Amino acid sequence: MLSVEDLSISFGGLAALSGLGFEVAEREIFALIGPNGAGKSTVFNVVTGLYRPSSGRVRFLGEDLLALAPHEIARRGVARTFQNTEVFRTLTALDNVLIGRHTHLRSGALRGALAVASVRREEAAARGTARALLERLGLGEVAGVEAGSLPLGFQKRLELARALASEPRLLLLDEPAGGLNPTETQALMEVIVRLRDEHGLTILVVEHDMELVMGISDRVAVLNYGRKIAEGKPDRIAADPAVIEAYLGSEDD
Amino acid sequence: MRRAALAIGALALLGWPWAAPPYFVFLASLIVVNAIVAIGLNLLSGYTNQLSFGHAGFLAVGAYTAAIVATRWPGVPVVAPLLAAALVTALVGLALGIPCLRLEGLYLAMATLAFGFVVVEAILNLDWLTRGNDGLRVPVAHLGSWALAGDRERYYLVLPVGAAMVWAALNLARTRTGRALLAIRESEIAAQASGVHVARYRALAFVVSALYTGVAGGLFAFVVGFLSPDAFDVFLSVDFVAMIIVGGLGSVPGSVVGAAVLTVLHDSLAGFQNYRPLIFGAILIASMLFMPGGIASAFRFLKGDRV
Repeated sequence: MLSVEDLSISFGGLAALSGLGFEVAEREIFALIGPNGAGKSTVFNVVTGLYRPSSGRVRFLGEDLLALAPHEIARRGVARTFQNTEVFRTLTALDNVLIGRHTHLRSGALRGALAVASVRREEAAARGTARALLERLGLGEVAGVEAGSLPLGFQKRLELARALASEPRLLLLDEPAGGLNPTETQALMEVIVRLRDEHGLTILVVEHDMELVMGISDRVAVLNYGRKIAEGKPDRIAADPAVIEAYLGSEDD
Repeated sequence: MRRAALAIGALALLGWPWAAPPYFVFLASLIVVNAIVAIGLNLLSGYTNQLSFGHAGFLAVGAYTAAIVATRWPGVPVVAPLLAAALVTALVGLALGIPCLRLEGLYLAMATLAFGFVVVEAILNLDWLTRGNDGLRVPVAHLGSWALAGDRERYYLVLPVGAAMVWAALNLARTRTGRALLAIRESEIAAQASGVHVARYRALAFVVSALYTGVAGGLFAFVVGFLSPDAFDVFLSVDFVAMIIVGGLGSVPGSVVGAAVLTVLHDSLAGFQNYRPLIFGAILIASMLFMPGGIASAFRFLKGDRV
C-alpha cells in the first residue's frame, strides 16, 4: 500500500535519512523505532509532503506522493498525528474534529455565507459524525472545551479523532504514547488494534514505548542514524544483536 | 429569550432615526460602515492572522468606485454602485493577496501599509477620474424613484446592508470556510494535514476581506457625500486595527462592538484633536494588557462560556 524506496534527505549537510526503504501492506500495523534523531519523524514529514527528499520514491496506492502538496496527500487518504501535539488550541474539541472532516465537506465560501439548505444539512451531518467520534474516543464530555486547555492525554486522543474524521486509509501515528501513563497506553493499544481490525486501516507508527511497539506491531523497522539496521517481526527484532546494541540496550529502563 | 432580544434590538435599530437627532443618525450610519470594515479586517487578521494596515486603501477603492459609477450613470439604483464597489475591491484584494501569500507578520504589515499609500497616491494622480485633491462630490443615491437625500434615508440604506453582511459573516465563520481559516491561524501544518489548501484559503481571506471593505466604502461614499484622499490615510487603517483588537480578534460580534465603541469615542474626542492619538493608544495598550481577547472574550467570560 505504501512503498518507500531509497529515501535520502539531509539538513545542512547532515544526512537525516540515507537510502531508506520499506513497504507497508494493507491492514498492517508497521512500527518505526530507533534512538532519538534516527530520522523517524523525518520519514513522516516526507510521506505527508512537508519535506522534499533529495532522492528516493514514495508511492501510496501506486501514486507518487512526492509530486503532491500536503493537502493533496491528505485528500488521498493519508492522515497523521504529531509528536508534539498540534491541536487547534483556541478552538473547541468539536471544531478540531470538524476540521478533520474538511475534505468530506463541499460547501464553499459563498454558499456557506448564505447558509443555503444544502450547507445546513451538510453541517448538521458533519457535527453528528464529529460528536460520535469524540464519544468513541472518550471525549464526548469535553466537546465544547478549548483544545489547548485539555490535558495532554486528551489532546493526543483529540488529534487521533481529528485524523480519523478524514476517514483515512493510511494513518501515521507519531509517538502516540508519548507522555501517557501505562493505563492510558494500554487503552491506546486497544484503540489502535481495533482501528485496524474494525475499520481496515493501515497504520504506520513511530514510538519509543517498546511495550506498545512489541504488543501491537505486525512488523518493525529499526532506524539508526538515518539507516535501516533491521526489519521483521517484533520478537525477531527484540532478539537482534545489532538492534540491542543500537537501541534497546542503551535505552532499556 | 434570544429571539425576544433580537426582536427588541432590531426594533431599536429601526426606530433610532425617529428618536435621535440627525447627527446621531449620521453617526449610527458611520458605525455600521465601520462595523462592516471591522468584520472584513477580522476575517483576514483575526481569522488567518494576516495583519493588514492597509484597509483604508480598500475602503477608498470601494468609495471611489461607487462614487464614480453613481456619477457616470445618474439615477442608477444604488445596488449597482455598491455591487461595483464590492467587485472592484475584491479584485484589488485578490491582486494584493496573491503576492502577499509569501509574506508574514511584520513584512505583510509593511506591504499592506505600502498598499494604503499607493491607493492615496493613485487617487491624487488619476485626477481626471477622481478629481484628485479637489475631492469628489458623491451624487445622492437612488432606489427607484426614492432619492436617499437625508441622514435618515441613508441610514435605512446602510442598516439592512450591514445586517445582511453581519449575518453572512456569522454563517461563513461557523461553517467549513471559517473553520479552515481558523485552522490556518492555529497550526498551518495541522491544517494542511487535514486537507486544507492553505494558500487558497489565505488568498480567499484577502478577497472576502476586501469585498467587505469595498461594500463599506460604497456605503461610506453615500453617507458622507464627499470624498477626498486625505480621509483615507494610514491613521484610518490603524483605527480599523484598533477596532478589532478592542472588539476581539476572530469574533464577528466583537468586530461590531469594537467598531461602535471606537467610532463613538472618535466622535466624542473630536474636541480634543491633539490628544486623540494619546487616548487611543492608551485604550489599545490597556485592552491588549487586560483584555487580550477583546470585548468578545470578556463577554464570553461573564457568561461563563469559558469552560
